[in-house]
Amino acid sequence: MTTTSAGAARAVRGGAGKPLLSIRDFKVEYRTGAGAVVQAVRGVDLDLYPGESLALVGESGCGKTTFGLGLLRLLPRLGHASGKVIFNRGDGTEIDVLGLDGRDLRKFRWRDAAMVFQGAMNAFNPVLKIRGHMHDTMRAHTKATKQEIEERAAELLRLVRLEPERVMDSYPHELSGGMRQRVLIAMSLLLEPEVLILDEPTTALDILTQRSVVDVLHEVRERLGFSMIFISHDLSLAAELADRVATMYAGRIIETGGVRDLFYRPRHPYTLGLIKAVPPIVGDLPDLESIPGGPPSLAALPAGCSFHPRCKFATEECQEAEPPLIPITDEPGDGHEVACIHSGDVHLDRSAS
Amino acid sequence: MSAAAVPEAVARPLMTLSGVSQVFDTKAGPIRAVDHANLSVNPGEVLCLVGESGSGKTTAARMAAGLTRPSGGEVKYDGTDIWSLNKKDFSTFRRSVQYVHQDPYASLNPTRTIQQTLTAPLLKHGVVKGAKAAADRAAELLTKVDLTPPENYLPKYPHQLSGGQRQRVAVARALTLDPKLIIADESTSMLDVSIRISVLAMLGRLRDELGVGFLFITHDLAIAKYFGWRGKTAVMYLGRIVEFGPTPKIINAPTHPYTRALIEAIPEPDPDLTRTKSAGSLRSLEIPSLANLPSGCAFHPRCGRFEPGLCDGEVPELVGVRAGQSAACHVVARDGAEEPER
Repeated sequence: MTTTSAGAARAVRGGAGKPLLSIRDFKVEYRTGAGAVVQAVRGVDLDLYPGESLALVGESGCGKTTFGLGLLRLLPRLGHASGKVIFNRGDGTEIDVLGLDGRDLRKFRWRDAAMVFQGAMNAFNPVLKIRGHMHDTMRAHTKATKQEIEERAAELLRLVRLEPERVMDSYPHELSGGMRQRVLIAMSLLLEPEVLILDEPTTALDILTQRSVVDVLHEVRERLGFSMIFISHDLSLAAELADRVATMYAGRIIETGGVRDLFYRPRHPYTLGLIKAVPPIVGDLPDLESIPGGPPSLAALPAGCSFHPRCKFATEECQEAEPPLIPITDEPGDGHEVACIHSGDVHLDRSAS
Repeated sequence: MSAAAVPEAVARPLMTLSGVSQVFDTKAGPIRAVDHANLSVNPGEVLCLVGESGSGKTTAARMAAGLTRPSGGEVKYDGTDIWSLNKKDFSTFRRSVQYVHQDPYASLNPTRTIQQTLTAPLLKHGVVKGAKAAADRAAELLTKVDLTPPENYLPKYPHQLSGGQRQRVAVARALTLDPKLIIADESTSMLDVSIRISVLAMLGRLRDELGVGFLFITHDLAIAKYFGWRGKTAVMYLGRIVEFGPTPKIINAPTHPYTRALIEAIPEPDPDLTRTKSAGSLRSLEIPSLANLPSGCAFHPRCGRFEPGLCDGEVPELVGVRAGQSAACHVVARDGAEEPER
């Protein structure tokens, strides 16, 4: 594998470099029919470093997708994002993402940050061949000639292990689910974005197809060195693709840390619960546990820690105030943060499983 | 537990599919969705049917449920071909075999309360007499699927419940007619991880307490492992069963290259372990079309152990490779099963 300059950037991680994307007190609100306002994302602080792969995990309804859409300013009209999102372009310019509009916003999307959506079929125009999609995207954002577009598209398709000759002249429905997903990944990389947001990129795919998409992602990231925010409810996939993991619950990040910290030493009862609910394939029959109940309605959050009604560590104190996300001090290394007053009691016993 | 101790030869299968095929006529020509499949489920036993989309799992399940008539072969329930039954006996068979679908949003009638959904079959089939008795029985069924207290759920409509609760209602409805066999078709695949395990645990309890047999269909081997550990698993590929055996063997010591590829490919909830996985042994990622199956073994264009002349000639038969475990692979049949590395 060739080492590119981007490959070197990957080594910079965990606070050593300047963050590519710096998110502070990020909130998303939806106006509902009754004139009420529901907060789907409730104050997220997050830094994404160059070359880093960050997984956002949690059950459905925790605000993961809303967070991703909000970052790219793709929210529906009734949604409103607030807070601070700063994107650092390589040349040193800082962009206030939430303040962008018109041309600048279009420029930010695709060029600086691109998104791969869940459900590849819906992301394509069904009456347009793949070639048409590639040309439309490039022409809308660059002055590239036809020849250049053809070459760039072919290069990226080969990178995701597809044959350009076959794929370019196909309509979306003529491709299999895995192929469509790989075409989407290729398309999202057309303008060499620094950040790629992937929303459940392999859900609904078969095991072997999912594996091929995961392998392609590994490979492409190795080559091109972009940063990735990876939204998934599948913890195994996060374990595989992420450098760092953030667990989301009821619109907040409740634990974040390196992938090994989070999977081997989770300190929030919710993260622990998620991990213990996933059946592994290797080994004998594991002892699994589910988390009782379901995520709360965002319109009527429980008082204090919003996880306390489902939490077996909960005490009365948990109902008093929402615990802040604070660094764990009693373990070596840095970057592991948790929002739980009982985090000291939370331990994952892997040998038991 | 005692049922498991009964030797296999003694237990009479509840449901048998012998040499069943299902051919669909399409514009692209006849499609063999299921080709000469042999399966059997014993009372109170779990049989997992695993495969990717298009492998014929659901088609096989629909034949087992008597929803479609096979193009060839026999579906036997309690020893009798279900398509030779008279109307009355067929209706009894239908009551004994219940289907739980994948999507509880679609399978429950949105305009009926849970009570109406559960009491309708009870009254229609005369399981109980009178509205009061039906309501009591409905409440009892809800308790069985862990929806307690039942009074909270009976007056509700499906849209007022979460996905997991809805799927529990679908299971309760399947239990209304005291089935002997439940066919669960991807019944937990739409649920969140956190909820999936509790629904599976509930199904496992029903199997133990009520002695219900399960034909459990899933694309997820990890789920098959969890639910069917004490039962058997059949792996399907493009309409054929390619490997069959006790679930622990299929998971920990698979012999067919396809099963091996599947197991190798599944990500683990463990960062170090999962990064050792790959699709490396596969030669191709694309699944052939059922309308245009490769000659010989349908897996040969993708198989890492492909041998020209051996694999692309004849279709391999499912033959025993180890005690209780069989595989349809020419190479495994010739060389014997390699012992597992772990």
